[in-house]
Amino acid sequence: MLVIENLRTNYGAIEALKGISLDVQEGEIVTLIGANGAGKSTTLMSISGAVPAQSGRIIFDGEDITKLPAHEIVRRKIAQAPEGRRIFPRMTVEENLMLGAMTADPQNYDRNRDEVFELFPRLKERRSQRGGTLSGGEQQMLAIGRALMSEPRLLILDEPSLGLAPMIVRQIFEIIAKVNKERGLTVFMVEQNANQALKIAHRAHVLVTGEITLSGKGAELRANEEVRAAYLEGH
Amino acid sequence: MEYFLQQLINGLSLGSIYGLIAIGYTMVYGIIGMINFAHGDIYMIGAFLAVIGFTAIGLVGGLWTPLAVALVLIIAMVFTAAYGWVVERFAYRPLRGSFRLAPLISAIGMSILLQNYVQLVQGARVKPISPVVQGGFELMERDDGFTVNLSYMQIIIIVLTLVLMIVFATLIARTALGRSQRACEQDKTMAALVGINVDRTISLTFVIGAALAAVAGVMVTMYYGVVDFYIGFLAGVKAFTAAVLGGIGSLPGAMIGGILIGLIEAFWAAYFSAEYKDVAAFSILVLALIFRPYGILGRPEVEKV
Repeated sequence: MLVIENLRTNYGAIEALKGISLDVQEGEIVTLIGANGAGKSTTLMSISGAVPAQSGRIIFDGEDITKLPAHEIVRRKIAQAPEGRRIFPRMTVEENLMLGAMTADPQNYDRNRDEVFELFPRLKERRSQRGGTLSGGEQQMLAIGRALMSEPRLLILDEPSLGLAPMIVRQIFEIIAKVNKERGLTVFMVEQNANQALKIAHRAHVLVTGEITLSGKGAELRANEEVRAAYLEGH
Repeated sequence: MEYFLQQLINGLSLGSIYGLIAIGYTMVYGIIGMINFAHGDIYMIGAFLAVIGFTAIGLVGGLWTPLAVALVLIIAMVFTAAYGWVVERFAYRPLRGSFRLAPLISAIGMSILLQNYVQLVQGARVKPISPVVQGGFELMERDDGFTVNLSYMQIIIIVLTLVLMIVFATLIARTALGRSQRACEQDKTMAALVGINVDRTISLTFVIGAALAAVAGVMVTMYYGVVDFYIGFLAGVKAFTAAVLGGIGSLPGAMIGGILIGLIEAFWAAYFSAEYKDVAAFSILVLALIFRPYGILGRPEVEKV
């Protein structure tokens, strides 16, 4: 479904991605793990068109989307809940969801919103509250909900567990696994919390300073000595 | 008392005009964080389009007055909006992502360019038009013969401003366009990620601001009956003062700031000195910047590094 070929991206003068290649198959949860500054967010922002690629190709459903602007990529049904959640702080929960639905068929709005409220009942309680007043966990729920409002075929998540309490993290990972299983939604996820991510992921890639050093099944990587030493110990 | 009432009416009319112009400053600041110094000259273009419009209607034998006013308003809004679009597209958009002062300097250049362009094509002399709307109500009379008047023109200015404000506030609060506009104000990257065309939204902001300035330009032309190529500077700086006073970035703030500047100017001219009315307006700017830089309704800005 998504194929990345030899993607290079510069971030200012720094070469953030040194030619990475990976693919995501329909219906999978694929995770990209790696340390801070390895280039994980850059990879996701390149897919979404918010950071221009230097060279290489990003192909989605057979179409080359490398050069498309961000607002066109959402229309190809790729939605992202970015790092830091980036909720519109001075808009209500419902307005945030409306913005998420910008590119979707307006006729489906009520149904999609009710589905999001079903996944995250907290958002329904807070629907007329401003985004900036939500807790971190609620903001993450809203970020995922907002992405789901665009009726994506590929959901991109950047560090959904960042800064959240372990209980909320478990809850959010359960919901990610649930939408993948029940709706067949494909998920591409970046995580520092590798342990949790590998538990639900079908496949995983390890990114080290702009290069992919390891790829494999989620369970395999969890058993891998190097991965354990670098990313799992202490989690 | 009668004198006070008269100045209140004058101040409200003047303030409505400043408010309409101030909206353009505050919207543009809200979305791209720059002061569009050419905005006053966009308003001046609107005023000139009114002169051209009314003169042309006069030449073909005139029209029923309300129709003529509506026609001139629409023409002025459309053409002025086009100017606003062009200014953003060619003078500011190429500089996006450049250092902060670049678009500001470009705006000052644009302001000078528009002034000189109008001076060149329209001439440097003051352009008069014959009065379009005359007469009004005599509200009361003092014993010494002083009368309080509310002219039809003042009613038109105040009512039209009120209506536009309601339409505009609804647009921003309730429509998809308004939501896109606010989303771009709050986080442009995220706005693009949900599918908003950020460049187009910024263009529309300039177009809307210019259209409102055009209404102010038409009103001023009808109110005072004279226009010259330099009126944009003073009106622009005063409307900018209004936007700062109300809280730059805040839409209701711009309107309140505009009304306040209009009132201060009218009362200062009436009770102290008409020659120094501009000083009053600008003293307010200085005081606002010193004591309440984020204005009446603005949010205290957190300095981003």
